[in-house]
Amino acid sequence: MKAPGFKYFKPAALDEALHFLHKHGDAARVLAGGQSLLATLNLRLSAPDWLVDISGISLRGITCHGDTVRIGATTTHRDIERSAVVHERLPLLALAVPHIAHQAIRSRGTLGGSLALADPAAEWPAVVLALNAAIEIRSLEGSRTVMAEDYFKGLYETDLQAGEILTGIAFKCCSDGDRHYFRELSRRNGDYASAGIAAVRSGGQVRFVLFGVGVMPLLYKADASEALPDMSARFHSALESMEIVGDLFFSAASKRKLARELFERACIELGKVID
Amino acid sequence: MNSDDESTVAVTFRLNGVDGTHRVQPRTHLVDFLRDSQGLVGTRAGCEHGVCGACTVRIDGAIARGCLVLPAQLEGADVWTIEGLDGTGELKELQEAFHQCNAVQCGFCTSGMLVTASQLVVESSGDTPPDRAQIREYMSGNLCRCTGYQSIIDAVKLALRAKGNTSHD
Repeated sequence: MKAPGFKYFKPAALDEALHFLHKHGDAARVLAGGQSLLATLNLRLSAPDWLVDISGISLRGITCHGDTVRIGATTTHRDIERSAVVHERLPLLALAVPHIAHQAIRSRGTLGGSLALADPAAEWPAVVLALNAAIEIRSLEGSRTVMAEDYFKGLYETDLQAGEILTGIAFKCCSDGDRHYFRELSRRNGDYASAGIAAVRSGGQVRFVLFGVGVMPLLYKADASEALPDMSARFHSALESMEIVGDLFFSAASKRKLARELFERACIELGKVID
Repeated sequence: MNSDDESTVAVTFRLNGVDGTHRVQPRTHLVDFLRDSQGLVGTRAGCEHGVCGACTVRIDGAIARGCLVLPAQLEGADVWTIEGLDGTGELKELQEAFHQCNAVQCGFCTSGMLVTASQLVVESSGDTPPDRAQIREYMSGNLCRCTGYQSIIDAVKLALRAKGNTSHD
């Protein structure tokens, strides 16, 4: 289908964008790479009066400061895929990025766009939650930082408020001995996940994030010293109280089964080094 | 490049090597602009939400979905369609290989397949040539509704070999 009519505004500076968003409120949507937003417009799931294209604002790039890697909001998936810093210091991102759609989409889609939309089956929300990255947000009132654990609120709902722009994400670099696992099941390579898991073992803790199975990415923490059978049993019981929802292809019951399978695989991969 | 009224924006970019300023409605996506305003109908409008890859074009040296890009976003960009790439001769080995391998059935997906494959040829000219699995992965964003995938992978592999950059598995 074709997108409904809208007007287009391309600010040259962040302040200009923020003033525009402040003035137009919900009538304006931020356009970054457009790889999700333009699809939803074509499907007429959304009909804003204005698109505010932030690609002219310098929010793109990957920088290292001490033990932090900061990735600007309009950095593309392809930028991340090709970044030596990411491969060396943020291995979970490097594991996840090949699963994000296809080359033709990775070349334009952005990290910030993915997090602002917060599709429950998308890879980046799960990854930032597994690493509890810091999400940087700007508005006319100033800047604030929200940790990923406090950022995701529900189906396509985040802590991002009207008039705000997500400007970047700060990740703590992985430490020696950290282990990472990323796996997703989808009907075709690059499609949204039917079920997926991002996991990181750091220090004494393992953080598992399930995605594609609920209304938002679901975090589950475990003690790395726990024996694997106990860890699994505890997870199975926790899974029963998680809100798992089915989609067109998999019922909630099937998704629970996939989640258990992914958890087992993650444990085995991470368990090899735990033991 | 901002909307000066409700209907159109003016945007300047290079299309198949030719610079031009175009007046477009913001809502028009690139594939419709190419087909309806420029007569470049080699780029196909398939699913129109980024799934099928029939509208694949090259923008600033990387492939992109024509249905998920607005011409309004393209100020200063360098855009190549199947027609432009054909004109440069860049697709010669791929076209011959598609012909030789019978990698065309109805033909609807073919131009998108060729543009995607041309990018793989560009990106794999280094030391690590793609094997068959990597070719499959790279091409997985393009759907062939006739399901002629095996011969398409065969053709891409043959073309890469003709260019001298594939592993011999």
